[in-house]
Amino acid sequence: MSAQPPAAAKPSVFLVDDHAMFRAGVRSELATELEIVGEADDVTTAISGIARTAPDVVLLDVHLPGGGGQDVVTAVKTQQPEVRFLALSASDAPEDVIAVIRAGARGYVTKTISAADLVDAVTRVAAGDAVFSPRLAGFVLDAFAAMPGAGIGTPSFDAELDQLTVREREVLRLIARGYTYREVARELFISVKTVESHVSSVLRKLQLSTRHQLTKWAADRRLA
Amino acid sequence: MGDGQRSQDGLAPGQQDGQGPLSDRLRHLTLRWNSVPEQTGPLRRRTEGSMVGGVAGGLAAKTGLDVTVVRIAIVVATLLYGIGAVVYMAAWLLVPAAGADASIGSKALSDKRGIGLAAGLASLLAVVLIIASFLNIGWLTALALPLIICTAGLVLVWRNAPPDEQQTLRKLGDPVFERTGHAAHPVRRLVLAGILLAGGAWLLLSGHRSYHLLRPLGALVLVVISIAVALGPWWMRLARDLVDERQARIRAEERADVASRVHDSVLQTLALIQRRAADPQQVVQLARAQERELRGWLFDGVPPGSIEGKASTLAAGVRLIQQQVEAQHGMAIEAVTVGDCELDDDLRALLAAAREATVNAAKWSGAAVVSLFAEVDPGEVALYVRDRGKGFDPAGVPADRKGLAESIHTRMTRRGGSASVRSAPGEGTEVTLRMPRKSADRVDGRSS
Repeated sequence: MSAQPPAAAKPSVFLVDDHAMFRAGVRSELATELEIVGEADDVTTAISGIARTAPDVVLLDVHLPGGGGQDVVTAVKTQQPEVRFLALSASDAPEDVIAVIRAGARGYVTKTISAADLVDAVTRVAAGDAVFSPRLAGFVLDAFAAMPGAGIGTPSFDAELDQLTVREREVLRLIARGYTYREVARELFISVKTVESHVSSVLRKLQLSTRHQLTKWAADRRLA
Repeated sequence: MGDGQRSQDGLAPGQQDGQGPLSDRLRHLTLRWNSVPEQTGPLRRRTEGSMVGGVAGGLAAKTGLDVTVVRIAIVVATLLYGIGAVVYMAAWLLVPAAGADASIGSKALSDKRGIGLAAGLASLLAVVLIIASFLNIGWLTALALPLIICTAGLVLVWRNAPPDEQQTLRKLGDPVFERTGHAAHPVRRLVLAGILLAGGAWLLLSGHRSYHLLRPLGALVLVVISIAVALGPWWMRLARDLVDERQARIRAEERADVASRVHDSVLQTLALIQRRAADPQQVVQLARAQERELRGWLFDGVPPGSIEGKASTLAAGVRLIQQQVEAQHGMAIEAVTVGDCELDDDLRALLAAAREATVNAAKWSGAAVVSLFAEVDPGEVALYVRDRGKGFDPAGVPADRKGLAESIHTRMTRRGGSASVRSAPGEGTEVTLRMPRKSADRVDGRSS
């Protein structure tokens, strides 16, 4: 993802990961660009630590002892709705990724991401954008394609939330192909802001869609 | 107890020795009778070629009698109030097998759960026999004690016998319990159940006038209920213990399997990485390869070490390209697939073209990552290979690259697909491949 100038001050970041080695690595990589205000290695210390430090962005491992990453998101959301979450995982199990996104994370990246891309992703999330890795884009396309009724005319509880628009599909497809937001914008002759709003709208659908098929899809994928 | 059946089988070896007239066979038998040398040393069960526990074989070797004679003697003794069976059971438990130091019984002493189970089963059987005695089935009551003793003994033997003896037991139990599963004979089981049912019905109805039966039956029901209330929880706990034990064994097996897999893959790779710490390129390559293998195992159920050269679905094919190009060229391939379907010849051609494009990008682009994206639609499969490397001007393509683009193009068009290349200097390259689908069998639920 292309670098965006940080809005004003460095965004403050809180690290939640049960691997001390990984935390140390991320800390040393991000320290120059971002302000690391704290870290935690399980759900309870994460919740209390985030309450104390009130960071802009929480870098959240999907897998945590004492619950999943989504438990942290759920607990913090009610008290501090302004805190934003970027999910990070080594596993890519669709079920887990979808769960943490649905809980309210603003994006998802894999742990193999480069330092520069991670800084960029954190900055985006701090600015309120959604960050989709190619893999997450693939998951979402697959999930919404797998839903029965995503095609024609099946009456649904909330059709608008259960389907992606043609434009959103195009944007996701390009992201899955490895395009940055800027490249997507140029490809579709739209502005980067519009791309961002499309991605945010997909994120909203992902989080608000009441269809349990989404969860079921993820579970099926895990079993397959 | 299937002693009757066993005795019939037991005759077979003697008969097979001589095919000639009766006199020949008799002579042969007497010869064998006299020629078996008397064995010195303590009594041992002879498990080799045994029918059940090798007790008869051991006795035969000890006394010098023919094993068939001993078997017949045991069966005859069983007909006398079950003495033979009880003695046999006792010998099985108390006499060590040939070559073993300890008897099964000495091992069974420390098997508390086994003893509990034996006692539980024995008490259950006792209840059944009490019922039988109410029904005045004389011969069954006479055999009650030997039956109970043998059942308890069998449980202990089953739990404490060495594996090869358990195998023999399993074979004996097979016709009834179908433990092996592969040759299921529902008919045999039904016949058995039918015989038991007919026997029970006959016992109930023969010789009794039906109204006479009602009063003892009522008492019987009361007795059964009271026993069930008293002993029921204990029986239930025994059954639950058995299930728990079985599950624990399965878990232990799984853990051992995981440990060996992790050892074969992850630990080996970590060792390699330590040895090659000086070569970062190698280390990255090893780590990537291991990561892929582990992912494949954890999320796609592909066992480690089985990176096969063939793929049967599109997603598996894409994953294979990812693995092989990463291994050969030491660069990261980010592969994303949406949907999946079975491979046919057209889609194999599509994958071959995709591989060529990916290798090409890995070789020439200079980018750190190549993105591979495949999407399966009902009508067609689209595959994109994209790098953000140096790119080129399609108008002034060097001859070698043009040749390559053309080869991809012909591969695709020959099968009704299409290929296009988009590139500009400094902006990377994207190859788009499309192949219409003949059959619309979308296989949901898989991607890399």
